Amino acid sequence: MTELPYLDGNMLDGPLGEVFAIDLSTATGRCAHCGTAGPVAGLRVYSQAPGLVARCPTCVEVMMRMVRAPDRAWLDLRGTTYLRFPMPLDRPPGG
Amino acid sequence: MGIVTPGFTGRPRSGAPELPPGQYLTPDFPVLSAGPTPRVPHESWEFVITTETGAEYRWSWAEMMALPQETPTVDIHCVTRWSKLGTSWQGVSLDTLLDGVDTAAAYALAHSYGGYSTNLPLDDLRAGRAWLVHTYDGADLPAEHGGPARLLVPHLYFWKSAKWVRGIRLGLEDTPGFWETAGYHDYGDPWREQRYQGD
Repeated sequence: MTELPYLDGNMLDGPLGEVFAIDLSTATGRCAHCGTAGPVAGLRVYSQAPGLVARCPTCVEVMMRMVRAPDRAWLDLRGTTYLRFPMPLDRPPGG
Repeated sequence: MGIVTPGFTGRPRSGAPELPPGQYLTPDFPVLSAGPTPRVPHESWEFVITTETGAEYRWSWAEMMALPQETPTVDIHCVTRWSKLGTSWQGVSLDTLLDGVDTAAAYALAHSYGGYSTNLPLDDLRAGRAWLVHTYDGADLPAEHGGPARLLVPHLYFWKSAKWVRGIRLGLEDTPGFWETAGYHDYGDPWREQRYQGD
């Protein structure tokens, strides 16, 4: 059995670029701790800190952390099981 | 990361106090927090050192207050670039708390009421360089500054001085904490400006 091929990270530019080009505040996020799904805009963000800390409004656990250095940034989403974004309707060709 | 001997930079003998690179002096004591402020009554407070074998060493508030007390006056340096000089604290040296703890660990992970954590080499908690403090400027440490008790490790950036600390887990391997897993430097020496991973 041959190994399945994989692509390098450059292929992510398109998919991730499409996601993060969208206004994150219109997204819905699901908390990995308590399972509550709600608008990202409804998270509690603590910004008087070394980074941004977004917490679930239901259980107050951390859903996102973002650290911004002058020339790079880290986005930690381990407290979020998914982000759901409104997308333009994707019609199949000729459909 | 460059290898620099930190002993080459220190407070000058006279003149204006020297600050670590990229820092500014503030007379205030800014409050930083990554979440809601825990309110921990003395009656239910405890401090626990857990070793790599799972052995636990516990102190109640009264037991901690009965230990020998020290009154360090130290400069503190926050990674958000403010520094505050000559801050006065009272608390128990980590040397006192670690005395009698049987461990071969090289690393420590401080963890707090409210879920915060931060990692340090165990050696950085020894040799008179770290305290568990409960008093600031002659008064009970306010909750917004980490009371009833916080860690004080002034030779590292202040995020290492965990507020609302409830214990320290000792380990044979390094376990990055709250900010260290999200881009901040594993060690955090302000004199070497170790703010972010890769600095």
